[in-house]
Amino acid sequence: MTGDGYVEWLKREGRIVIVGASLAGLRAAETLREEGFAGSLTMIGDEPYEPYDRPPLSKQVLLGKASAEHTALPRRRAIDARWRLGVAATGLDMAARRVRLADGDEVEYDRLLIATGVRARPWPRKEEAELDGVFVLRTRDDAVELHRRLAGGPRRVFVIGAGFTGSEIASACREQGLPVTVAERAAAPLVGPLGGVIGEVAARMQREHGVDLRCGVMVTRLEGDSTGRVRAAHLSDDAKVEADVVVVSLGATRNTEWLAGSDLGAGPRGIACDAGCRAFDFRGIVTDDIYVAGDVARSPHPLFGYQFLSLEHWGNAVTQAEVAAHNMISVSVDRRPHMWVPAFWSSQFGVNIKSVGVPSMGEELLVAQGSLAEGRFTAVYGYQNRVIGAVAFDQSRWLQFYQHLIETTAPFPPPFPTVDRRPEGRHPVPADFPDPSVPTHGPTVTLSGYSPADRRLTFTPGR
Amino acid sequence: MTQASLLRQITDYANRADPYPLYKELRRTPVLRDEDGPYLVSTYWEIQSLLHDPRTSSDARNLATTGGYGATPLEETSLPPSFIRLDPPEHDRLRRMAMRSFGPPHTPRRIHDMRDALHAIVTDLIDGLGNTDRIDLVEQFSYPFPVTVICRLLGVPREDEAHFRTWADIIAASLDPVPGEDPTERDRTTQQARNELGMYLAGLVEERRRKPGEDMLSELVTGKGPDGTMTTMEVLSTSVLLLIAGHETTVNLITNGMLTLMRHPEVLQRLRNEPGLAVPLVEELLRYEPPVQLIPQRTTIADIEVSGVTIPKGASLWLVLASGNRDPERFTDPDRFDPDRKDIQHLGFGSGIHACFGAPLARLEAQIALTELARRLDNPRLLEDPPPYRQSAVLRGPRHLHFACDGIRP
Ligand SMILES: Cc1cc2nc3c(=O)[nH]c(=O)nc-3n(C[C@H](O)[C@H](O)[C@H](O)COP(=O)(O)OP(=O)(O)OC[C@H]3O[C@@H](n4cnc5c(N)ncnc54)[C@H](O)[C@@H]3O)c2cc1C
Repeated sequence: MTGDGYVEWLKREGRIVIVGASLAGLRAAETLREEGFAGSLTMIGDEPYEPYDRPPLSKQVLLGKASAEHTALPRRRAIDARWRLGVAATGLDMAARRVRLADGDEVEYDRLLIATGVRARPWPRKEEAELDGVFVLRTRDDAVELHRRLAGGPRRVFVIGAGFTGSEIASACREQGLPVTVAERAAAPLVGPLGGVIGEVAARMQREHGVDLRCGVMVTRLEGDSTGRVRAAHLSDDAKVEADVVVVSLGATRNTEWLAGSDLGAGPRGIACDAGCRAFDFRGIVTDDIYVAGDVARSPHPLFGYQFLSLEHWGNAVTQAEVAAHNMISVSVDRRPHMWVPAFWSSQFGVNIKSVGVPSMGEELLVAQGSLAEGRFTAVYGYQNRVIGAVAFDQSRWLQFYQHLIETTAPFPPPFPTVDRRPEGRHPVPADFPDPSVPTHGPTVTLSGYSPADRRLTFTPGR
Repeated sequence: MTQASLLRQITDYANRADPYPLYKELRRTPVLRDEDGPYLVSTYWEIQSLLHDPRTSSDARNLATTGGYGATPLEETSLPPSFIRLDPPEHDRLRRMAMRSFGPPHTPRRIHDMRDALHAIVTDLIDGLGNTDRIDLVEQFSYPFPVTVICRLLGVPREDEAHFRTWADIIAASLDPVPGEDPTERDRTTQQARNELGMYLAGLVEERRRKPGEDMLSELVTGKGPDGTMTTMEVLSTSVLLLIAGHETTVNLITNGMLTLMRHPEVLQRLRNEPGLAVPLVEELLRYEPPVQLIPQRTTIADIEVSGVTIPKGASLWLVLASGNRDPERFTDPDRFDPDRKDIQHLGFGSGIHACFGAPLARLEAQIALTELARRLDNPRLLEDPPPYRQSAVLRGPRHLHFACDGIRP
């Protein structure tokens, strides 16, 4: 069976397997059913829970405003799936189209979606990582444990890493009046995603809220007491901070180990796929029956120089899953590209932070509205004289506009005034990323259209 | 034949009952320069993008004096503009301060906690409807309900309502531009009404300063947040705004709602049986018959290209929300009233930084009002269709809505 006939058959009675039963997996399953997939659907997840939502884990849950047990993702529709929860996929046989499970079972598929996401990177020294009181935060179970420990009123919490998650945890601690120390290797919090200029604002925000923020230092060692409980962290500047809770927020590792030996193009940086979410095999040839979506995927984005982006963004997981699901049951001419413009939000120290585009590609930055000094602003990132990203602190209602500038490769700095541009916003400054990524020169594309079905690209040869 | 410009037709009272065919014609040119001066924007995505465009200003001082019409700059001595007519950062600061005593994050439960009180007011009004042969929904229900609510919320004595109703009417009428008319005289009258209403409120403000209560006025006067406290003038223009907004919009939402329901008896029947329908139904109403039809008060602070048209700096912009809500590029079958519609992000409350401040309250009021009316009125039917409309093309809604029913259920 080939072509249209195959897809018709697949929709009627094919077998689709989704590995990774979380946000991307669930939204894909719902889309499959929405678009008329009537065959068998199997959801495989190594966590024992039905799909739940992670963003609240580092926010409302730590504050005790929501319970981790009640973070189940709302269902958009019934998906009539066979659930295999609490069992990990351990291998993939691409030739036989079979997924092996930890309990020895095997599941056959006609189409496979991989949505295994990422996991928290643990503290690298195992015996220290295992001390009682040392946490990571990625799962519901992590959040339950950490919240319980925070509710017990620790004398001090020590957070390693001031990225988004680490900063949110520090914020939740301060909001509950807990003393907290944050250690960050870079010169300021959030420097990786947003650069040094904005990092300075974040640093001020943390300090104003009573965080003991230590930047430009590394944690060298965690110290435990005789009962195996953590009691202090040692820093590269010889400081020692006593703490009875340590949260390791050192970013994430992609869940691809189970694919070792499968010949899929999967590695520590994720699973490479084309713009239609079809996975590459290790030779760089695109497969036609294996799709990827969510945090584990790496896909080329035409708007950002065809760089393979892997995004740990909630919204990306949703749209990518929808596109993958649509394409899984569509003939080639009906397939859609995943052309979501990256967007991320965070909430910390009472401030709503939102970004669009890829700020970390930015070379320069302009405060287009508001003021850094007030901590309420919209800043635009420029790359090769075009707008590449934007971030808003407590001004998210404007971001849609800047997203449009990104989509249409508008010039940087924007040549017009805005209703609220202060003196500091008149000139761009270096965005101050420690390690600027160097994307390739090349032609420019712009995006138009509003829904996945009518998103269009316009190609402009090198300019 | 010389046909009147679309703008004149839209403002023409003769078309008030059904402006939608005009909007349809308007959408053929998403950005239309009208011969009377303003640029009319009528399609969903274009309106949406202008509402989020930081080159779009709400401050009348940015309007080029083009010999057209629109708000003229205010006199220095009068009540300062409320935040709806200001740009950031002043807008943000004042709106934030007002928000502190109204909604999240500082007062997250204020609206929610009013549910029972709203219910009680609705019940009283329905109990008092009287002779069921001829009821005027506007006079007997849709008007008194939100007015009672906003008075209570702000802490304005309900008994004084008769006084300030006249001022409120004048101020609301000023939102309704008349093409070709010299605005000076009307602006003077409006400003006078604002000042008089301001004076009235100033008395209350003084009382609250001495003896604060639980109401918003007290909180606006005494509230201390990171932005400090409002000046008396700021309190006054903010409360004038809230009072007017509370007077003039929800009335139309509820009346348009009942009108639409009586025109769609099957939906009315459904609402009676499944009260949960009220939530999506009110959203669909805000799309289908929005109480604020258009925003005639924006201007540009730079040349902006929209849909291939360059709108010059200082131009007067009219964003025709009600037309965007019926844009077939955005909504399938847009002229159909369909409370089961999915993905309904209408422009009924505007969008962007000026998105309706009172939206949560307006939604709740309309949900409770319509559910209770549906539940308690036995076989309501219109006595006049279309009903007589109010003058305003901006705040569009029936002046009276006469209907009969077979009785009032307990
Ligand atoms: C604490 C926290 C806060 C966040 N806050 C924000 C935020 O504010 N804004 C934002 O945009 N994003 C936020 N995110 C990111 C967002 O949650 C992720 O982008 C999103 O969850 C990605 O969904 P996913 O389905 O791709 O992956 P995941 O949610 O990681 O799901 C993958 C699932 O696959 C399972 N799995 C892995 N390997 C296997 C295997 N071999 N077999 C079976 N199952 C397997 C995993 O256990 C997991 O359940 C946050 C994340 C965390 C952890």
